[in-house]
Amino acid sequence: MNKVLIYGYGNPGRRDDGLGVALVDKLEKWSIANGIQNIDFDSNYQLNIEDAELISQYETVIFADASTENIEHCLLSAVNPSQARIEFTMHAVSPAFVLNLCNNIFKKFPETYLLHIKGYEWDFNEGISTEAKVNLNKAFRVIINLLSDKKIINKTYQKV
Amino acid sequence: MTKKITIEPVTRVEGHGKVTILMDDYNNVRESRLHIVEFRGFERFVQGRPYWEAPVLVQRLCGICPVSHHLAAAKALDVIVGAGTGEGLTKVGEKMRRLMHYGQFFQSHVLHFFHLCSPDFLFGIDADPAIRNIIGVAQENRELAVQGVMMRKYGQEVIKVTAGKKIHGTGAIPGGINKNLSIEERDTLLNGPDPLNADKMVEWAQGAIDFFKHYHKNNKAMVDTFAEFPSNHLSIVRKDGALDIYHGVLRAVDHQGNRILDDVDYQEYYNYIEEEVRNWSYMKFPYLKHLGKEKGWYRVGPLARLNVCDFIPTPLAQEAFEDFKAYTGGKPNNMSLHYHWARLIEVLYCAEEIRNLLKDPDLQNNDLVVKGNKQHEGVGVIEAPRGTLFHHYKINDDDLIEMANLIVSTTNNNEPMNRAVNSTAKSFMNGKSEITEPMMNAVEVAIRAYDPCLSCATHALGQMPLEVSLYDANETLIDKKFKS
Repeated sequence: MNKVLIYGYGNPGRRDDGLGVALVDKLEKWSIANGIQNIDFDSNYQLNIEDAELISQYETVIFADASTENIEHCLLSAVNPSQARIEFTMHAVSPAFVLNLCNNIFKKFPETYLLHIKGYEWDFNEGISTEAKVNLNKAFRVIINLLSDKKIINKTYQKV
Repeated sequence: MTKKITIEPVTRVEGHGKVTILMDDYNNVRESRLHIVEFRGFERFVQGRPYWEAPVLVQRLCGICPVSHHLAAAKALDVIVGAGTGEGLTKVGEKMRRLMHYGQFFQSHVLHFFHLCSPDFLFGIDADPAIRNIIGVAQENRELAVQGVMMRKYGQEVIKVTAGKKIHGTGAIPGGINKNLSIEERDTLLNGPDPLNADKMVEWAQGAIDFFKHYHKNNKAMVDTFAEFPSNHLSIVRKDGALDIYHGVLRAVDHQGNRILDDVDYQEYYNYIEEEVRNWSYMKFPYLKHLGKEKGWYRVGPLARLNVCDFIPTPLAQEAFEDFKAYTGGKPNNMSLHYHWARLIEVLYCAEEIRNLLKDPDLQNNDLVVKGNKQHEGVGVIEAPRGTLFHHYKINDDDLIEMANLIVSTTNNNEPMNRAVNSTAKSFMNGKSEITEPMMNAVEVAIRAYDPCLSCATHALGQMPLEVSLYDANETLIDKKFKS
């Protein structure tokens, strides 16, 4: 069975920066309600080098992060190791960097996607903004559809 | 014509800083400065908040050493809730905090060494920047990269089980902790499947010291002279003089090892330490009051801690410490690149302490919190990975914070980092008509030795490509280059 990890990252203490984490919370609840067994969930404030080891254990990984880019609601894109920029800070690294490190160390890497979710408010406070909640719900549907299209879940699980 | 060179930001450090180097007509370095250009203002953010929120709020200063801020704040609030000054907690309270702290030290030091510094050691500071990074390390020495990743993961797991989360946990509360260590958590960390167990972490920590010593042996002249300069050294130590990164008294020694601050109570740190403001940096310049600005500045962090303490209370780290001390004949070590050596000895110390604590049945006790008579003021001091960290709070009758003062580790190292930059700039840039990438990296290597967290220091996150600007004597920009 295809082993899947859905990993949200961002800072819930900075309003919509917590969109990735909020999506994972929502998906995990849905997963439990539907008895899904083959999907693991994780979240963190940022990605770092040890995540290379984590993702090496999966066939498919979906990262979710808040975005300030000019996108409509959310945007799903495939990630591959060659997209990695060499990063010099260690506060955080990108999904492509983690994938590249995973490939170099463990000589394998999962099929990987990154879901950008459009955010609007970034203050020092908790809670997703009303506008971003709309995008969060759209992002939820995008993930369900992806999992269904890839036959990771049965279509009958789509009911939320 | 005088040239001014700007390196911005400094790469492979935490946060965003820039270096300006002023050259004279003969291309000799006239002056250099490490500027900290970000401002975050956490001391103001916490004002007006209930005091019990402080340990959770202040750790947002940093994603790398949040546990240090979490614990320093909690220690200050222990005083405010009447639980004493670091020694009044229950056994499980203090030991769970210590375990959390050792886990954080372990992962932070490991990340710094394997991710940020090993590329310089493995490939040389003048190597092609395209390979001088962790990916290059993974390709050149896969085992080293694996160890770096897995040791960091282990440290994060220690934090997770003690603080509740890998980053920005909530484990420490005023007067104690909110959870103990379950038998299952203990067994996973102590005897987990290879390599994620305590014995393997100790073994790998010893190997990391050997890696540094091998590099040192082959590059002795460079390692020993690179940004070497005399300084004072400050840290907390246990009352018997042992290395203790969680609690103790403040001690400082000069470059010869003479005591210049003799085991004083940190609750009155403001009687001993003053901070100078300079108009070109957001980061202040602390110094020992009684010695003044010129003579009172000091180093903090791994090198300072090993210069200040008398011994290390774990056997393998003590053995490594004796080796380290013997190298300078028992005198303080003033060589900036020896920060790495000291840091790796602390990695071993933490690995041993973690292993010891995991075997301690006190961690399964249930008396998590103590309370006493409420106070209106408290100071918490802890050794963060980068050095001594001060948190000071005053609250009002409504339990709201009305004053917060933080002196973070990197701020304590401000003057020495500036001196390290100046020393390196002179060594590598004097008489040169062209500034090359290896020269710029040399300056950064000097700064990285101190493992500065500029986010913490200005209380900011930042990540940009490297910017190099050239200015003439009138400070008119004449050239600018970028490096990603």
